[in-house]
Amino acid sequence: MQKEATIRDPLILGKKSYHDITKDVARPVEGKANKYWWILFSLSFVLFLWGVLSIAYTVGTGIGVWGLNKTVNWAWDITNFVWWIGIGHAGTLISAVLLLFRQKWRMSINRSAEAMTIFAVVQAALFPIIHMGRPWLAYYVFPIPNQFGSLWMNFNSPLIWDVFAISTYFSVSVVFWYIGLIPDFAMIRDRMSATISPMKKQLYSFLSFGWSGKAKHWQRFEEVSLVLAGLATPLVFSVHSIVSMDFATSIIPGWHTTIFPPYFVLGALFSGFAMVETLLIIMRKVVNLESYITIKHIEYMNIIILLTGSLVGTAYITELFMSWYSGVEFEQYAFLNRATGPYWWAYAIMMTCNVLTPQLYWFKSIRTSFVATFVLSIFINIGMWFERFVIIVTSLHRDYLPSAWSMFSPTFIDIGIFLGTIGFFFTLFLLYSRTFPVIAQAELKSILKSSGSEYKNKK
Amino acid sequence: MSTKTIYGIFDDEQLLLSSVKEIRSNNIEIEEVYCPFPVHGLDKALDLKETRIAITSFIYGCLGLILGSLMIYYMMQVDWPQNIGGKPNWTFYHNVPAFVPVLFECTVLFSAHLMSITFLIRCCLFPGGTSDSPDKRTTDDKFLMVINVDSDTSSVKEMLTKTGATEINEKEA
Repeated sequence: MQKEATIRDPLILGKKSYHDITKDVARPVEGKANKYWWILFSLSFVLFLWGVLSIAYTVGTGIGVWGLNKTVNWAWDITNFVWWIGIGHAGTLISAVLLLFRQKWRMSINRSAEAMTIFAVVQAALFPIIHMGRPWLAYYVFPIPNQFGSLWMNFNSPLIWDVFAISTYFSVSVVFWYIGLIPDFAMIRDRMSATISPMKKQLYSFLSFGWSGKAKHWQRFEEVSLVLAGLATPLVFSVHSIVSMDFATSIIPGWHTTIFPPYFVLGALFSGFAMVETLLIIMRKVVNLESYITIKHIEYMNIIILLTGSLVGTAYITELFMSWYSGVEFEQYAFLNRATGPYWWAYAIMMTCNVLTPQLYWFKSIRTSFVATFVLSIFINIGMWFERFVIIVTSLHRDYLPSAWSMFSPTFIDIGIFLGTIGFFFTLFLLYSRTFPVIAQAELKSILKSSGSEYKNKK
Repeated sequence: MSTKTIYGIFDDEQLLLSSVKEIRSNNIEIEEVYCPFPVHGLDKALDLKETRIAITSFIYGCLGLILGSLMIYYMMQVDWPQNIGGKPNWTFYHNVPAFVPVLFECTVLFSAHLMSITFLIRCCLFPGGTSDSPDKRTTDDKFLMVINVDSDTSSVKEMLTKTGATEINEKEA
């Protein structure tokens, strides 16, 4: 049996039995959606449709419909790509790294965090594909000869590393998520009645792969989860390191920095946890999971945000120092221009949201408040988007030749595609919250007696 | 003499564990145990062998590394070597630092996927498979022990009741 110190706060509130956990997790799947769900779903779906139209227009006309110009030839597309990939990272951190550290509080949030990872990677992957201009030639990035003839891809290129990193990350995340889902699908399958909802029963039978919960199967299941966590941990760090090398291996001042890999990984975890909080604070209300996603879970995540946010702040300051210390005037100008040039406002938003905002979590009253956390998590999401915008656009818009200097302004289509991916992301997440077991109930049951509030009080 | 199957159902994993130990110490073989969640110590109590699935993952990882290296070597050095940006690709060992990210991803890709497939095959899990659990409450909150008995069932039943089983069912084999 699992043992836990009695002074630790409970992770499951209220008087719950194993059967109660089953019922609570199955309720959103078995019941009908409430009003809030329909409102949120309709909003997201409209945004998604706007995105679809914008993408169709881009593909039909060409990427000239974006606000890019000769000087700023990379802007919102790559900003959105890096932002979405970064958001995905928290899911893997929660499910893999916290599993290796045996953190039990991950159990009620890991399923949704992993779902978020997968849906965020889907959004991220859209951008490079759209940016190809001819997305039907997307297979060029895979190791097959171009035109099925003679020329191979270049394995020295960070963009190709990215293809391998993102596709491995996506597929391994899906497998890790699905292996964990099998016992929970089996639970839903066994609750469904074959007479009342035969279609649903068949669907969940299909998805649960015939899981029955034999002792040997559980033993293998735990081993597989542990090894997958061990593989996913270096994988998640490699993915954002490789994303950062898209910039760091170039010679553009402001990008050519050795600090980029750790700085990007930390930023990714920072923004990802903010997005997990945004989603879970809404979800615990919409599908009634207040007993499982408690203020304690939010506080733990806020502490990680405080840590990673402070490290991101340190990285910003280190970057500034290094540009001055390098003695290279181009490098010095790139950073001076970021802070005081025409894009000073973007830099100010980035600094305020990413460096100052997380420091508020030193106060216990703030990090243990749902409302404050929700508001601050939105600030961090915005701040981290602007971080990527600042890195990408301000480094490009004033290049070596002053006659080529220009500004970037997004078009209606740029905005449409970005908001469209937000709509797509929430559409997927809302559909998930109604059809999947949103809490890893099998795992959660194993800690009920060590971390449930009822059992804790008995001791 | 006919064989009978006895199903002992428990509400609590602690009682199940002590019951498994008690029954096995009386030299009665337990056919199978079904649980709604992983019960720690159950594999030891049932004397199950340690799983070797982690070793397969290591082997698959090595396979991924080798195949990834062969792929890059063939594409970059053998079939079409190029001088890209003043960095020629004539030899593998000179260029290998630039190949590390892809080699790492190939290792993880093979290791994770093939291990998961091995897990599914070894447990006979596949899309649309059917559960062979005798009681569907075992995915909810009940723990079920299956014992095959040749002769007298009453002593086994008594032992199950004594060790905390809340429900005992019997089936002619």
